Amino acid sequence: MPNLLIELFSEEIPARMQVRAAEDLKKLITDGLVEAGLTYAAAAAFATPRRLALSIEDLTAESRAVREERKGPATNAPEKAIEGFLRSTGLTIDQLEVRDDKKGQVYFATFEKPGRPAAEIIAEVLDSTIRNFPWPKSMRWGAGPLRWVRPLHSIICLLSDADGNTVVPFEIEGIKAGNTTRGHRFLSQGDIIVNGFEDYEAKLKRAKVILRAEERADSIQSEAANLAFAAGMEVVEDRGLLAEVSGLVEWPVPLMGPIADTFLGLPPEVIQTSMKDHQKFFSVRSPKTGRIEKFITVANMETVDHGETILKGNLKVLSARLSDAKFFYENDLRVAKAGMGEWLDALANVTFHNKLGSQKARIDRIATLAAEIAPSVGADPVKAEEAARIAKADLRSGMVGEFPELQGLMGRYYALAAGRTADVADAARDHYSPLGPSDDVPTAPVSVAVALADKIDTLTGFWAIDEKPTGSKDPFALRRAALGVIRLVLENGLSLRLAEVFGRANAGTDAADLLSFFHDRLKVYLKDQGIRHDVIDACLAMANADDLTLLVKRAQALSATLATDDGANLIQGFKRANNILSQAEEKDGVEYSFGADAKFAEADEERALFAALDSAEAAIAPAMAAQDFAAAMSAMAALRGPIDAFFGAVQVNSDNQVVRRNRLNLLSRIRTICTMVADLSRIEG
Amino acid sequence: MAEKPRSFQEIILRLQNYWAQQGCAVLQPYDMEVGAGTFHPATTLRSLGDRAWAAAYVQPSRRPTDGRYGENPNRLQHYYQYQVIIKPSPANLQDLYLGSLAEIGIDASLHDIRFVEDDWESPTLGAWGLGWEVWCDGMEVSQFTYFQQVGGHDCRPVSGELTYGLERLAMNVLGVDHVMDMPFNNPDSPIALKYGDIFRQTEEEYSRHNFDGADTEKLLRNFQEAELECQRLLGFDASDEKSGKRIIMVHPAYDQCIKASHLFNLLDARGVISVTERQAYIGRVRALAKLCADAFVQTEAGGYTA
Repeated sequence: MPNLLIELFSEEIPARMQVRAAEDLKKLITDGLVEAGLTYAAAAAFATPRRLALSIEDLTAESRAVREERKGPATNAPEKAIEGFLRSTGLTIDQLEVRDDKKGQVYFATFEKPGRPAAEIIAEVLDSTIRNFPWPKSMRWGAGPLRWVRPLHSIICLLSDADGNTVVPFEIEGIKAGNTTRGHRFLSQGDIIVNGFEDYEAKLKRAKVILRAEERADSIQSEAANLAFAAGMEVVEDRGLLAEVSGLVEWPVPLMGPIADTFLGLPPEVIQTSMKDHQKFFSVRSPKTGRIEKFITVANMETVDHGETILKGNLKVLSARLSDAKFFYENDLRVAKAGMGEWLDALANVTFHNKLGSQKARIDRIATLAAEIAPSVGADPVKAEEAARIAKADLRSGMVGEFPELQGLMGRYYALAAGRTADVADAARDHYSPLGPSDDVPTAPVSVAVALADKIDTLTGFWAIDEKPTGSKDPFALRRAALGVIRLVLENGLSLRLAEVFGRANAGTDAADLLSFFHDRLKVYLKDQGIRHDVIDACLAMANADDLTLLVKRAQALSATLATDDGANLIQGFKRANNILSQAEEKDGVEYSFGADAKFAEADEERALFAALDSAEAAIAPAMAAQDFAAAMSAMAALRGPIDAFFGAVQVNSDNQVVRRNRLNLLSRIRTICTMVADLSRIEG
Repeated sequence: MAEKPRSFQEIILRLQNYWAQQGCAVLQPYDMEVGAGTFHPATTLRSLGDRAWAAAYVQPSRRPTDGRYGENPNRLQHYYQYQVIIKPSPANLQDLYLGSLAEIGIDASLHDIRFVEDDWESPTLGAWGLGWEVWCDGMEVSQFTYFQQVGGHDCRPVSGELTYGLERLAMNVLGVDHVMDMPFNNPDSPIALKYGDIFRQTEEEYSRHNFDGADTEKLLRNFQEAELECQRLLGFDASDEKSGKRIIMVHPAYDQCIKASHLFNLLDARGVISVTERQAYIGRVRALAKLCADAFVQTEAGGYTA
């Protein structure tokens, strides 16, 4: 069975798109082939900056013949209907078959779809794959109508079997498939004729192109490690950068260079960020000093001077960048040492939002709120307020102006330079956290107070001016801010009455509405942790649902209880009790909520339920008061047996009205006791 | 491999010769203040419509906010761009570009030349394209773009645009660390002039002007006037009574659009435009650019046939 090789050779494909594009190529082509009736043994796709390639092994040489039947009109149908059927099938009346059907005799048409050669199918599938390729962004070029990520230049589409290689006849907008490709842009000349995938990969390597991205990454990693090791240093690992750089080169050549002494006084994050962002350099750290003292750049080129010219050029660019950074840093330190007043004053002239005032006004609000929250998070209110007042000072610094991603981080350096204590300085760095779902949550009390105050001020502020997120639109990242508050509260186990805090933060905020937004975010957050939304709903209905730590403790206990056999069955018993009771209450127009008396009990099971409810109530009430949800719920789950036994033995709707009423009041006790724990009526299933 | 050039102007001359040899019409700079070579009507307007086009030119460009009083090694409020625009973009445009680098003394076998993703967008021109910034040993030396839309119009056929930041490129080729130290003419000339001999003082003057001197009241007024004038010029009926011809005043109107754009840049440098206003101003310039583009495709050069 033949193997298939496809290569789509283009101008430079953005690094970030390559991996996905190789996967898409594989999926679109193999899906298309399979749908058309071909099978294959294995497929693998590859990407370099200038090509996407796909290798398919053991493809069937042709698709199988298919028999297809179509039912037509009845034999006695009007002539027009029969004619129409003949037209649509392309058959004549004597080619139709007559069969007995429920409604009489009916025409049937049978088609034989013959098998088709693989080449024909491949050409069709490749055409539609190229035309419909899901690039994140694609373009046209020249005068043609074709779209690709960048201009597409040549295509290999080659079937190889024991008899040799055949180019699949295929042409798209003037580009004809062939069996040639090109090697490295500068290190290889002319066309390369390929015979199958193995030959393709081997010849590319000779032409200074490593086809496999992971091989390029491995080569960069090990060569970079060797360079660093030889200098007694280590490369700072950065998987993201490694993946990106692997997509920027076909023939990686790591080169190591020094960082001039005059820059070594810069914070390592500054050096690292500047090198990574602008130059895609890896940082090389000295284990002795802990500083970043060298860099590694990955060239796409081998030169006779072993990269000397390249390194020299890169050094020059780096030195210009770091000179800028140093200039900013030194200026910034001067302002910081003078107390950062210049920046703080300037923040009065920076608008945060035209309805929410300046950054300075915002900082004043955050400082007040941080001091108020401080006692609940175990922080000194004076420290929390101090930290909040300087946490955003670095927004006006030169360095953050140049590298916005260093906000906070520089704030910490500058706060220390200004003579602030470490906990205050740390808050400048950490108060933006957590930024994403996997970002670390601050734990130091002062940082937690400022982080909460910052986010809550933003949320209540935008709520008050009615700028809430809608659908996919969340320009002020309010969902992220809410999730940040949720994680800060939960992961630090804080007991904070949010509704109250919202009210204090901004009197114009609809605290209930904002709280329900929080509850929605919480559901998403807890869903990822395996807690169902109906479990959360059952807990939200309880008092103090704005204390998220309490709420989640309750939800976790309920979730755990529902996972037990007793818990799951108790729910059924509870629902049955609740249904009977609700129906009776509706029918009778009264509420059965009081006065169940064991003396009217007739059956043993009924008396046993009375006893069980008494002991459950006695156990649950103190457990709830102590917020020991697990104990409360296990006491509740223990009711499962008595409730089941009761329903098994006793008919609630007795003819004796006294007995009936007593039993309904008994059911009401089940409801009352169970809903002390959570609103079980909201549990689904 | 060509011998290394020795001065800034030699690099410009070699680019001019090279692109002339490749069949481009070598145009002269546009005689107005623009922010980039793209604003030259030879690029913005000529990238519209289906007429083939090939031009190359130097364009003095102004970015008022980049003024550094001549002190920064490579930031200037007035600098030169070299611009090449070819429609439809030829299949070998990357090779042609690399040929131009060889011409000015960049030996591809010694350097690391890379095409790194960088999509171009001009919110003021309502234009965007896909392409790269070209790196030479880690330094960005050019912008390479396939225009997809200009003034809100799809580009069919697509123009290929090359923009060389001349000072930065030349500093790299000539091995100069500070732009002001760069030889402008041949350093062996009887009167050898450096870049700084010509531009240090003007950088100082314009930096002061851009940041403190320019009269913002006047700038705001001029912006409005340019905006109105652009709209007024495009409001005329196409048939001209005097000549009896069909004449749409696209270029005069577009001049006003360019003017508005530069006035906006000056206002921005003077720091009198707030963040929210900024978007509104950009939108107003874009609206003018779009009006001009709409009008240009109704002209002969824009592919209009009666």
